Amino acid sequence: MTTTPSRPAVEIRDLHKSFGALEVLKGIDFEVGQGEVVCVIGPSGSGKSTLLRCVDLLEEPTAGRIWVNGVEMTDPDVEIDAVRRGIGMVFQSFNLFPHLTVLNNLTVAQRRVLRRGRAEAERIARANLERVGLSDKADAFPAQLSGGQQQRAAIARSLSMEPKLMLFDEPTSALDPELVGDVLTVMRKLAEDGMTMMVVTHEMAFARDVADRVVFMDGGVVVEQGPPQEVLGAPKHERTRAFLARVLDPTRVARLGQPDESPAPPEGPGLPTDGRHIV
Amino acid sequence: MKLRRRQRERLSLGIQYLVFVAIIAAVLVAADWGRLADAFFRVDIIESMFPTIITVALRNTILYTVGAFAFGLVFGTVLALMRLSRVAPYRWVATAYIELFRGLPALLVLFLVGYGIPIAFPEREIPGGVFGSIAIGLGLTAAAYMAETIRAGIQAVPKGQMEAARTLGMSHVTAMRTIVIPQAFRIVIPPLTNELILLTKDSSLAYVLGVTASTIEVTKFGRDMLNDRVNATPLLVAGLAYLVITLPLSQVVRRLELRYAKAR
Repeated sequence: MTTTPSRPAVEIRDLHKSFGALEVLKGIDFEVGQGEVVCVIGPSGSGKSTLLRCVDLLEEPTAGRIWVNGVEMTDPDVEIDAVRRGIGMVFQSFNLFPHLTVLNNLTVAQRRVLRRGRAEAERIARANLERVGLSDKADAFPAQLSGGQQQRAAIARSLSMEPKLMLFDEPTSALDPELVGDVLTVMRKLAEDGMTMMVVTHEMAFARDVADRVVFMDGGVVVEQGPPQEVLGAPKHERTRAFLARVLDPTRVARLGQPDESPAPPEGPGLPTDGRHIV
Repeated sequence: MKLRRRQRERLSLGIQYLVFVAIIAAVLVAADWGRLADAFFRVDIIESMFPTIITVALRNTILYTVGAFAFGLVFGTVLALMRLSRVAPYRWVATAYIELFRGLPALLVLFLVGYGIPIAFPEREIPGGVFGSIAIGLGLTAAAYMAETIRAGIQAVPKGQMEAARTLGMSHVTAMRTIVIPQAFRIVIPPLTNELILLTKDSSLAYVLGVTASTIEVTKFGRDMLNDRVNATPLLVAGLAYLVITLPLSQVVRRLELRYAKAR
């Protein structure tokens, strides 16, 4: 299993995914370059989380092919546990292991999967806790942390495996508004350090400021994609415009009743910044 | 006369206390305490039961219970994992076993193990003699109950736990062993305690295997003394001996639950 540096970090060709009769992904072609930060946005039910989960094979694609760092995930004989070592995944609901301390949350996979010794695993774990600003919480249990701290611990847990690619599935959607900022700051720092990231998010300000590329999905297809100032600032498609209007000015749309009558989002990269979306 | 709400409540509460006190008083007055004490509380008989009831009978009761529980726990965990297996025949076998052994009286299973296995395998002996037979005989039934409890516990661990473990590169088996099952056991501590208490009492069935002076347990000891002295005092002492086990057990488990509550 050799990694070809010239190949994209993620490569998806004609991906379909159905749950029973419901087709959630209807032919996705998509790439994430090495070192690129891609934000996937779209209304709920658009298939963006399913797309992300397919990349890590948490969902089995119905059809199509996926490569991660040159390894085909959709090969039936793929050594899935080995490939996943190189992929970090951050969930909306954190999924820290509640029966382990924060430190052990970060060391358990290092020791069981990478066979690192206790001392080395703890050294790497503490370095990553430091990175997300949780050095003082090593001996706490997850239930003793706030949501934002739990999510940062979960990010540190992924980073302890030293992945080449990080996947984020709505990492701030379960958080109280005032805790969102800490998590986004950690993610921004990670992006600045050159991590390849694929982020499903509703945080438009984060997408605008941090993403190299924004992908808008709706109804199981990629509607449009491009640099954030284009997709968020001057969307070409009506569906993108309607979605952005709903997200950025929800009360206005509710008053008008119909998305069609909603005003086009403002021109240029300067998005309205109400408190919810400021990083 | 119309009562106010608080007056009505006070009246209702007063009546409830009154009924309680009246029943206690009726029992106290009606019972023939002299005869009761004579039948159930003869100090000389109580004295003659010690220290054997502790050093032999209670010790054996605990040994049989712990043996059966340990066997049931291990076997029950295997059955639970079989029920959740992707291999269909494992699921069938586990389901059939659980349905069968939950339906059979523990007494009957104990008989079958105690007398059936020696007939089936005349060359072999059940390891541990009477102790082994009782641990297996009671454990087989207990395993069926525990399997269902443990299966429910495993399924109660959120799906995200397995997913998070797998995305860190753990295999299914490693994730099960280090992440899911430890959490499942925390969830099932209360129902498993219940099983342990039930087993404590089921250990009284050991008599069907023909226990001797050295392998006797609390109930048989009490009954033998009853026949010996033609007095029911030994039964009272035997009953108290069980409480000596089960009451502290409940306390220990309450502590455990509190400790684990932090790590939930």
